[in-house]
Amino acid sequence: MRRLLSHLFALLVLTLPFGALAQQGLEIDIVGGNAAALPIAVAPMPYQGSGAAPETDIAQIVAADLARSGQFRTLPAANLPERPTRGEEVNYPAWRAINQDFLVVGRVLDAGGGTYRAEYELLDVAKQTRLLGFALTARSGAMRDVAHQIADAVYEKILGVRGAFWTRIAYVRVTGTGGARRYSLIVADSDNYNAQEVVGSSEPLLSPSWSPDGSRLAYVGFENGSSVVYVHTIASGAREVVARFRGINGAPEFSPDGRRLALTLSRTGNPEIYVMDLGSRALTQLTNHFGIDTEPTWSADGSRVYFTSDRGGPPQIYVVSASGGSASRVTFQGTYNASASVSPDGKKIATAQGAGNTYRIAMMDSSLGSPRWSLLSPGNLDESPSFAPNASMLLYAAREGGRGVLYSVSADARVRQRLGVSGGDVREPAWGPYRTPR
Amino acid sequence: MNVRTASKIATVAVMCTLAMACSKKVRETPPTDTGGTVGTTTPSGPTGPVTPGMYGPGDLDTDTCLRQRVVYFDLDQDTLKPEFQSIVNCHAKYLRDRPSSRMALEGHADERGSREYNLGLGERRASAVSSALQAAGGSGGQITANSYGEEKPTCTDSNESCWQQNRRVEIRYSER
Repeated sequence: MRRLLSHLFALLVLTLPFGALAQQGLEIDIVGGNAAALPIAVAPMPYQGSGAAPETDIAQIVAADLARSGQFRTLPAANLPERPTRGEEVNYPAWRAINQDFLVVGRVLDAGGGTYRAEYELLDVAKQTRLLGFALTARSGAMRDVAHQIADAVYEKILGVRGAFWTRIAYVRVTGTGGARRYSLIVADSDNYNAQEVVGSSEPLLSPSWSPDGSRLAYVGFENGSSVVYVHTIASGAREVVARFRGINGAPEFSPDGRRLALTLSRTGNPEIYVMDLGSRALTQLTNHFGIDTEPTWSADGSRVYFTSDRGGPPQIYVVSASGGSASRVTFQGTYNASASVSPDGKKIATAQGAGNTYRIAMMDSSLGSPRWSLLSPGNLDESPSFAPNASMLLYAAREGGRGVLYSVSADARVRQRLGVSGGDVREPAWGPYRTPR
Repeated sequence: MNVRTASKIATVAVMCTLAMACSKKVRETPPTDTGGTVGTTTPSGPTGPVTPGMYGPGDLDTDTCLRQRVVYFDLDQDTLKPEFQSIVNCHAKYLRDRPSSRMALEGHADERGSREYNLGLGERRASAVSSALQAAGGSGGQITANSYGEEKPTCTDSNESCWQQNRRVEIRYSER
């Protein structure tokens, strides 16, 4: 029934004029510019079969993904000098004349059994050569996945970094007011399409965290006024309570091997960081300090746990061995640093950084040795940074006009885009892992 | 650490002094020993007889002091402000007078900063009120403390007048 409704909704959205569409969650809102980005054109990929055309505009999705990354500057459809669908049809000088470095062409064909075959080519305009030429076959309902996979392949071929467009995100959406307030844990594509509620509650939900294989979400809910940590299996909808101790049960975060969960418990009377073995449920206490210790997040190799602590005054990020021991302070710039997200190579740490009444997303980059800080968002109440699995972009939550909204921002801070959400107040974004291991 | 410990000790000392000072002011009856009797005392029902000078369940709806159920805090602080000591004292007296009563303290924070950190801050505030109630003679066995962090604001605008209403501990009686 829900699937049928979502299909009907999709159909409805497609029949609306563009103005209404923008309000329904399609707003593409690049708030920063990027003159250094690589110019790329994505030509329309028309349906050339004999049946019903797919609903998905693959070229538009590929272009939007590439633009959102901050690494590319895409050519508006109105400025295309021609509309080739195959490499051999391309008149290269026409693209060179408008300073395009790269061109993506393609078409959609029938593949039998109600499936479609999307063929595409990535072309180097200056060298007049083909860099990629592939075909992907999928059902009509999976054509957005196809588009994101094409964007990933183009991104990787040109930049040498794996693309992370074909990924999912999780976040919390709040609808209604007062006693009718409803909290939903949402899972959506990386561009916030195909949003589905996976958990609904009349009590607050927070801190979703993905298992490394993308099959489960850990999160915090409330029962009888007390916080509880759950693990939810997305495919089956099964939900398990993993922590319901006295006091706070919060901030769950799967270990990189998926076998352990770092979390915050105040069962001793004060919030401390623990690691739970998900098989045996055995707990290891990592911190023991009268300050508030919370928001654990793992290093990529699982050997260390970063966390937020106010042991030295206002909250800052600290790191401790995953087996416990003494903690050392990591952040020294900014009066308030919390909610650390660590890039897979461990070189970048994003935080919600506070100064006075302004909270912005900041990033500490140690790639070149000593840490360099940059600000990724304008404030005033930005929080919950979450790196994409390739660390080239982040999601975060902001407040605008009295409601929560989500933004994606490139790690170089050059392009920010608000992810449209139809209705409600959204927060607590968590960027999921790659869909396929490599 | 040293500064922090010292300030905590100082805070507790101030609270205790205030508790004594205030309890004289309201001329309470001497506290009965509730420590060992919690849970074994037969509660007098809500309509039961009320001893003069002792709070009864009806006072929760009528007594000016007991009707105040919210304690407010300064930004990033969990120190009980002196102006809330009188509220703590009357609720502590109620807990002593009604050993069968049970109280849930719900700690809250404003929207600024991280949600998980604010869960911790809300719990600290609830603990501060719990400690003050116990310092004023209430029994810890009657009190539970929880935190909602910034998840349940009473006011949703992003400004200080709103934030100060959200930095609070709510006193709720689960049993009168």
